[in-house]
Amino acid sequence: MSSAPWREAARALFANPGALVALIVLALLIAAALFGPALNPNDLETLDWRHVAANPGLAHAHWFGTDRLGRDLFVRTLAGARVSMAVGLVAGAVSLGLGLAFGAVAGYVGGRTDDLMMRFIEIMSGLPLIFFVIFMTVIFGRNQLALFLVIGAVGWLTTARIVRGQTLSIRRQEFIEAAVASGAGTPRIILRHVVPNVIGPVIVYATLTVPQIILFESFLSFLGLGVQEPSASLGTLIAEGAGEMEAAPWMLLAPGLFLVALLVALNVFGDGLRDALDSRERR
Amino acid sequence: MLHYFLRRLAGAIPTLFIIVTLSFFLVRAAPGGPFDQEQALPAEISANLQRAYGLDQPVWRQYLRYLEGIVHGDFGPSFRYKDFTVTELIAQGLPVTFELGTLALAIAILIGIPLGALAALHRQSALDYLAVSLVALGIAIPSFVLLPLLALMFGIYLHWLPVAGWEAGSARHLVLPVAALSIPPLAYIARLTRGGMLDVLGSPFIRTALGKGLPLTTVIARHALRPALVPVAGYLAPAVASIMTGSLVVESIAGLPGIGRYLVQGAVNRDYTLVLGMVILYSALLIAMGLIVDLLYAWLDPRVRFER
Repeated sequence: MSSAPWREAARALFANPGALVALIVLALLIAAALFGPALNPNDLETLDWRHVAANPGLAHAHWFGTDRLGRDLFVRTLAGARVSMAVGLVAGAVSLGLGLAFGAVAGYVGGRTDDLMMRFIEIMSGLPLIFFVIFMTVIFGRNQLALFLVIGAVGWLTTARIVRGQTLSIRRQEFIEAAVASGAGTPRIILRHVVPNVIGPVIVYATLTVPQIILFESFLSFLGLGVQEPSASLGTLIAEGAGEMEAAPWMLLAPGLFLVALLVALNVFGDGLRDALDSRERR
Repeated sequence: MLHYFLRRLAGAIPTLFIIVTLSFFLVRAAPGGPFDQEQALPAEISANLQRAYGLDQPVWRQYLRYLEGIVHGDFGPSFRYKDFTVTELIAQGLPVTFELGTLALAIAILIGIPLGALAALHRQSALDYLAVSLVALGIAIPSFVLLPLLALMFGIYLHWLPVAGWEAGSARHLVLPVAALSIPPLAYIARLTRGGMLDVLGSPFIRTALGKGLPLTTVIARHALRPALVPVAGYLAPAVASIMTGSLVVESIAGLPGIGRYLVQGAVNRDYTLVLGMVILYSALLIAMGLIVDLLYAWLDPRVRFER
């Protein structure tokens, strides 16, 4: 892989002010989620009976206010954001790994195996996956790890298609032929020669799956099917806030605006990255 | 054209069949049953319940019975809403969900397309920048955040509209839920229209049409709009999916008596037949939408019809 196209893409990305701002916002949000809770004396679960449903402000230690039980919303929002981001990363990695393995094998092996595998993808894409995930949460109970895996399994179909397309375009090239001639086995060729060469566009697509996954996790948690008490994610906090919005609107606003900022930043950055790498789309 | 449609239809039926089969056996594989409670039921009562719902039969026979029921529009009895069949529950809620969904889709299309087209025509004007920023926001904000925020703004602070609730025939109660449902797909449609329009406006046949001296509006209406809408047509099925998923939460936030709540409550209560029925219904709707999209595609882009 030569580095010139990457450098050119980085230049195109930095020439795009929207993507650059999104990147900065993203860095700030991540830093806030990682280090923010340590700046505040409160913790996730302590009930402060002197400040129940307190207004946000700097007069007391609850900068974003508190909920009905007197729990600090600054810490809860940022800790919830941390959970949402972790789900986004883990489930994003799951979908990237699945899609990469499936697409590379289908594209490289080809023939009837490819036909069968792509037929499988076609049928899976016809399924309303969101409903299936809701379904899965019924079946597997509300296990945190199962949730990560199931959400990750949703995003991999498109990744697999992209990987297969890229693999088809490189499998007739000389370096693959050379690897075959030197006696490398199929698994080795796929791992050492195919995957590293198709990973670029796939990573770009992955940056656009992460916000979808975060959104999806929040959606499930909002419905009460995702992250469970005592941990909180942005989705559970928004659900609590929506229930209390007449009396304590800050309970909705703090996690709601954080989620919106995170999703907008991720989307704008992902779009910028895609435009930068795909010169056809550049305008 | 008919041949094309029939081929697509023939592809849709096996998909639906696979969905039904897969969901049925997934449900049967689930640990724990719908009648599990804190206190274990006496063995005889539990056996009677199993018999009443046909759960004592071999699985393959239950499966065949279920398939036969579906063909006749019977999704079996609900396990939790005693004395109701799943079909009855769906029939009660479907009109509300359908009204909500079609309104949201219509608004998304009728506002999204002109917005995107105008932005493309006035590229890099203030209008374009405004549209692009609104689109970036609209795509990112999910319905379940948008609706509470809208309700806070227009319901609680401004008192213009009811915060939640439902009265048959009352349009005021529909405004906020429909807005929350339509804005994400609206933003997407506007973005796709803008992109499609920009692509088309740069192509040689438009230059030719303009070169012949045709007025701009004629060129757009007669030549540019149709090819520019191809990406939008491709998005319609995902748009319906997004509205259907959105309606799950929007109905529960706004307290609307649609079918969305059944899926969620069914999932929480382990009401298997209800969840099964809902998944099958939603899948069938999505597949039907996919077929409509295929037809639209073939109409918008003649090349599709002659493929393969």
